[in-house]
Amino acid sequence: MDKTVNQKAWFLVLPVFLVVAFSAILPLMTVVNYSMQDTFGNNQFFWNGVGWFKELLDPSTDLGSRFFASLWRNLFFSAVILAIEVPLGILVALSMPRSGWQVAACLVILALPLLIPWNVVGTIWQIFGRPDIGLLGYVLNHMGIDYNYVSNDFDAWATVIVMDVWHWTSLVALLCYAGLKSIPDAYYQAAQIDGASRWAVFTAIQLPKMHRVLLIAVLLRFMDSFMIYTEPFVLTGGGPGNSTTFVSIELVKIALGQFDLGKAAALSLCYNLIILIVCWVFYTVMTNAGAQRPRQEGAA
Amino acid sequence: MARIDLVDLAHSYSGGDADPETFALKPISMTWRQGGAYALLGPSGCGKTTLLNLISGIVTPTRGEILFDGTDITPLSTQKRNIAQVFQFPVIYDTMTVGQNLAFPLKNRGVPKAEIDARVKEIARLLDLTPDLNRKATRLTADAKQKISLGRGLVRSDVAAVLFDEPLTVIDPELKWQLRSKLKALHRDLDLTMIYVTHDQTEALTFADTVVVMHDGRVVQSGTPAELFEKPAHTFVGYFIGSPGMNIVPAEVKGREARIDGHTIALDRSYDALPLAAKIEIGVRPEFVDVVTPAPGFLSARIERIDDLGRVQFARVRVGDAKFAARVPPGFSASGGAAGLKFDPAHVHVYADSRLVEGTA
Repeated sequence: MDKTVNQKAWFLVLPVFLVVAFSAILPLMTVVNYSMQDTFGNNQFFWNGVGWFKELLDPSTDLGSRFFASLWRNLFFSAVILAIEVPLGILVALSMPRSGWQVAACLVILALPLLIPWNVVGTIWQIFGRPDIGLLGYVLNHMGIDYNYVSNDFDAWATVIVMDVWHWTSLVALLCYAGLKSIPDAYYQAAQIDGASRWAVFTAIQLPKMHRVLLIAVLLRFMDSFMIYTEPFVLTGGGPGNSTTFVSIELVKIALGQFDLGKAAALSLCYNLIILIVCWVFYTVMTNAGAQRPRQEGAA
Repeated sequence: MARIDLVDLAHSYSGGDADPETFALKPISMTWRQGGAYALLGPSGCGKTTLLNLISGIVTPTRGEILFDGTDITPLSTQKRNIAQVFQFPVIYDTMTVGQNLAFPLKNRGVPKAEIDARVKEIARLLDLTPDLNRKATRLTADAKQKISLGRGLVRSDVAAVLFDEPLTVIDPELKWQLRSKLKALHRDLDLTMIYVTHDQTEALTFADTVVVMHDGRVVQSGTPAELFEKPAHTFVGYFIGSPGMNIVPAEVKGREARIDGHTIALDRSYDALPLAAKIEIGVRPEFVDVVTPAPGFLSARIERIDDLGRVQFARVRVGDAKFAARVPPGFSASGGAAGLKFDPAHVHVYADSRLVEGTA
């Protein structure tokens, strides 16, 4: 069968192409442009080639050491909050009620932290943790624990992590709850008939059925925590010293603090690339693992 | 392996204070003997799945007791009841292989490994699952998945009963026949009590030795397929079983005679003590009514159409306001739509308020 060729259809794509060009491609190209040049203000630019990238990836330079230090810090942070939030979210979802008015109440309470603007979350915890007027800081210090997130590295880290767990575990819990709700009753009844223990029900039914929502939850939480900026910036400002300076905070310091546009552009391109690669690897691995057990047909 | 007794068992999903007429299962008492093949037959919403879930313990009864071999097990949980159940849609454990799926009920109960292996092999052989034993269960078709579910139901040798809740709904008609005969064979081999819920009369009549017909939360009759066919205890049974269903027509019954539309039909037995206020009907299966050429002595009727079911033909006829289905004997030719109906007196039953009345000889 001959298909008629009609090139007019391209006009339908044109508006989208323009919007994407102005909102994403042009700014990105500007960043690429900056990353190759040096500037001393007055809109004067000097070609620097891949100089900034070389410096960035060489840990012996100032830029490189700052980049790698914040990168490891950030990866460690993501690992810790994933290790806490995913199991905790599953646990919360498992202990939520299945019917009645309690469901609505739980959902609203869980959704609350998600609705709070990020800088407000930072402010809440900043005040909450203050040893003089904050409830948490005051109580801890009066219990004899020398807690001060402004001067102590460990305390600062603990506060940032607890804050993130408080803010985002709900997301994991809600996703898991949705996954749990979609399991037909027959599975639980069959498990009862088969004499399965609570643990066997979890490993044989609930966990496999949550596999897909967990994939989404881990991906979202990894990306978000790897790009985290506002909350730690408001809470600790990256301190004490550089102990809670994550990549995004470092980036803003270089770009807006020192106004090194070239270095900042090179850093942000690498930053972006890391997120893309990690997400891609992660997604491929997880979906391939899923391909070993293809989706349910019929009841599920 | 056990005899199962139900004593005044009743269930309401809205609690014990609800109007008894709204109960999903009205009080019943009955006995299921060890090793029997039973079918629970009835239309959707008649309470058959409720009854099944009460026996397996998924639902706790509002009233009454369930006894296994005389021991009251009503308060026991499903796990402790020693019962197997297969559901309408296949339930398989995604992460396990077919073999692990079959072994799951045994593993959970701490059966020794050698015994599990032997039993799983045996069941896989009976259900033709042997080539798939080491494959992931999720990769199989819906048919095969349901076979795994059936296998998990059958794998325990010590169960009091195996309950099937319309297990062949998702299976292709072709395979349905095979699986049903397989279940029947398994029943003979394994000596298990089996209770099979279905709304399909063919399924019920071919599987079971005893068919229990339910209607509106009540058991209306339980008996062999032949009993249900020849002597329905309730007009519902007559209507529900058989295709086409029983002819049920209001009539005046006196002694050995029934009058329909001014015409008298002879009855085999005598009915003298019929309750006065009751609605009296006669019921006769189409197989026992013949269409004949009109003649005095036969009930005269008009033929509306003739359905050819292949081996037999049934005529849809009208007598006054009443409609009948009747067998068309070979060689009969309808002339102008008028016909006579010839009844077999031995198979004409009398119903008072929908319940069978036994006449006196």
